[in-house]
Amino acid sequence: MAKIKSLEELMKIKENAMKGLKMRDSGKRGKVIVAMGTCGIAAGAKDTLRAIVDLLEEKGIDDVSVVQSGCFGLCDVEPTIEVHLEGSDPIIYGHVTPAQAKRVVEQHIVGGKVVGDLIVKRGEL
Amino acid sequence: MPAVENTVLICAGGACISAGEKSVKGVFEETLRKYSLENVVRVVETGCMGACDLGPILVIYPEGVFYQKITPENASRIVEEHILKGRVVEDLLYVGDMGDLRERPQEELPFFTEQVRIATRNLGVIDPLSIDEYIARDGYFALHKVLFEIGTDDVIEILKKSELKGRGGAGFPTWMKWDFTKKAEGETKYVICNADEGDPGAFMDRAVLEGDPHSIVEAMTIAARVIGAQKGFVYVRAEYPLAIERLTHAMKMAREYGFLGENILGTDFSFDLEIRIGAGAFVCGEETALINSIEGKRGIPRVKPPFPANRGLWQKPTLLSNVETYANIPPIITNGGEWFSKFGVEGSRGTKVFALAGNVKNTGLVEVPMGITLRKLIFEIGGGVPGGKKLKAIQTGGPSGGCIPLELIDTPITYDNMKKLGTIIGSGGMIVMDEDSCMVDVAKYFLEFTVEESCGQCTPCRDGTRRMLEILERITSGEGTMEDLHLLKDLGENIMATSLCGLGQTAPQPVISTMRYFWDEYEAHVKEGRCFAKKCKSLTRVVISKEKCVGCTACSRVCPVEAISGSVRTPHEIDPEICTRCGSCLAVCRFGAISKVSP
Amino acid sequence: MSLVNCPDCQRLYKELDEYIDSVKGNTGVLINVLHKAQEIFGYLSEELQQHVSEKLDIPLSQVYGVVTFYNFFSMKPKGKNQIKVCLGTACYVKGADKILERLRDELNVEMNEPTSDGLFSIHAVRCLGACSMAPVVLIGEDDYYGRVSPDEVSKILDKYRRAE
Repeated sequence: MAKIKSLEELMKIKENAMKGLKMRDSGKRGKVIVAMGTCGIAAGAKDTLRAIVDLLEEKGIDDVSVVQSGCFGLCDVEPTIEVHLEGSDPIIYGHVTPAQAKRVVEQHIVGGKVVGDLIVKRGEL
Repeated sequence: MPAVENTVLICAGGACISAGEKSVKGVFEETLRKYSLENVVRVVETGCMGACDLGPILVIYPEGVFYQKITPENASRIVEEHILKGRVVEDLLYVGDMGDLRERPQEELPFFTEQVRIATRNLGVIDPLSIDEYIARDGYFALHKVLFEIGTDDVIEILKKSELKGRGGAGFPTWMKWDFTKKAEGETKYVICNADEGDPGAFMDRAVLEGDPHSIVEAMTIAARVIGAQKGFVYVRAEYPLAIERLTHAMKMAREYGFLGENILGTDFSFDLEIRIGAGAFVCGEETALINSIEGKRGIPRVKPPFPANRGLWQKPTLLSNVETYANIPPIITNGGEWFSKFGVEGSRGTKVFALAGNVKNTGLVEVPMGITLRKLIFEIGGGVPGGKKLKAIQTGGPSGGCIPLELIDTPITYDNMKKLGTIIGSGGMIVMDEDSCMVDVAKYFLEFTVEESCGQCTPCRDGTRRMLEILERITSGEGTMEDLHLLKDLGENIMATSLCGLGQTAPQPVISTMRYFWDEYEAHVKEGRCFAKKCKSLTRVVISKEKCVGCTACSRVCPVEAISGSVRTPHEIDPEICTRCGSCLAVCRFGAISKVSP
Repeated sequence: MSLVNCPDCQRLYKELDEYIDSVKGNTGVLINVLHKAQEIFGYLSEELQQHVSEKLDIPLSQVYGVVTFYNFFSMKPKGKNQIKVCLGTACYVKGADKILERLRDELNVEMNEPTSDGLFSIHAVRCLGACSMAPVVLIGEDDYYGRVSPDEVSKILDKYRRAE
């Protein structure tokens, strides 16, 4: 990475990264964001992350990436994940244990139907 | 983690609540307790599931079985049949397309709608390991602005207009700190970020460092440019390994992109950061103690003045702010000071991050405009006190703060109001306490903390807090006198007036404030040997009711010290001499025969 | 862990010395060096402090002063699995004292002392910042346990006993 020296270069990075954040023309169908702050980890987020990665692999899904983020604040419902598929609003799910993660992958990512009872929030934070 | 086998979701949407969700939940939980299942079954209230005409509704996972129109009577049946025996309760089952049901829109929680996220703008939104995602959210644009578009005096002016005050506790105007350090004479200057978040109950700084480390890197670089520093330090607690890891990575990326290091963004401005890890001393949150610690010495506070702005790290002018304060800087510079001061009220502008913990439903972090009332914060955003318990007090400001009683819950949160109530906003920790907390015990807890954390340099703090603790120990063990209470108050006021640093000057605060609002509790401990909350062990006994006990032996089997005697099918008895009041027996008795009494 | 009967010592000291040499030029690195030393050796013995003092050319009294000032530094060996019970306010309100009590009963050991098998030691720590998950127990550096109840204590310990 060459060092940034101008506003234009900064803007270019911003525009490219925006695509990934907003799930537009990112070349992927979607992403799953697992909140991995200390509180999330204390609630079992590591197991959830592992379960999601394993499940996606098991089902041969390679157009959905799994990334981590910090704590968005509602620690009470940890572990939390956000499922963001291209062309639709992001959905934040709470209390996602590995067993619930299976439901999210099967019903939402594969089946396209959101898992209503786990929803904490629809739309962007 | 608890080995939760089932999760039960009970809809707490408006329709379900009006259809009786609260009593269903109560019966459900009561039945779980009856069968000692409360640790293996987790009951969660959810937002509206959308099937309002079928309410109250309840879903059991992992099976995903959906029950409708639950009444208190059949709620206990679901526990007995489904949870205990694994048999689906056919007649309550909902058989339709559940996918459709669940897709209806949700109600927005106040937890989200009431927040204004400035310092926490990126938490949970971006990948903390991706500098590109930080840039996508306007990251490093403020740095660019400061380097190319506006002068350093303009930055001070923006901060002045924003009326931002230090978010670490003292609440000193940020622009003045920057201005003093900028004007201080000297070639070598430093910027320091205080990430030694020591107040128990506050964790916003950890969350920012873990979730948005670049905001600190950017803000410190801006600060360095403005005051003329070449080097900065982030002093992080050793208890926050993940924060250290993420910040280290962020600094590395920032160097690669040219936001840190030599010739930042191609200019002649150079600046770099170094992380210093704390070693577990609360007093190091005090700025001069922190400076000593960075110098590799014992973290004892220095006498002020001189202030760090003139003689700080290695006697050079030093700017020192905490994590949350820095996190506010880039958006303020991008959007202007007026934009920030639009939020909040006179004297307390902008937003503040609060950490909700203790006996509150929505534990977590919230960022709200200042001037919000405690009631709104605890009951609307925080969801209130769980378990049908009554709120007793809210502890703010950690060991330097005090407790606010239920009666004053409509107070708007401002720097001035908190001071009037005998506490501080501090770093923003809010511990909610219900009726099971004894306020004398809470005061004792904080005194134990300060006694252990006193650096030992000045006598009032070192010896005075210890004497206060001894008096509190007497009171909580039933040996206190009324004279003790007055002595305690006197001593506290003296320590506050004569200690060297902020730690000592505020250490008696938890005692003084609980005495102010909960004098009756102190008095009851002394005069009647009674602890309202039945928390103080010496003043509490655990007893078994002869009428209710059926002699099932569950309690005697669980007692860790074998204090319970009695044969099968005859009422049991607890030997108060052996009993440690651990409460294990209370938890297992299915007949409500065991209770705590005081005296 | 004296120099004589520690087969690994030479290697460990070498590792420490390499670190010291890499930071020696900077000012105020004593605390960093002590962190590293404790990470490598587990605790800061008298010999080790003497060694640091000589390498950094800082009086031993100052090294000792710093070691004893900060809670994080220990002059005694710890158990293989360090059980850190958070005693922050939120954890206290949620019953951390009961967790601590149960742990001491289960392991039959005093605070900060290793168990007779060397497997565990119990330490009270300041707020871990996971207040929303109170009460919190941290074992080692990474295993966080949130919302712990006293009855779960033995189950958690078993996990580590089985790993032996």
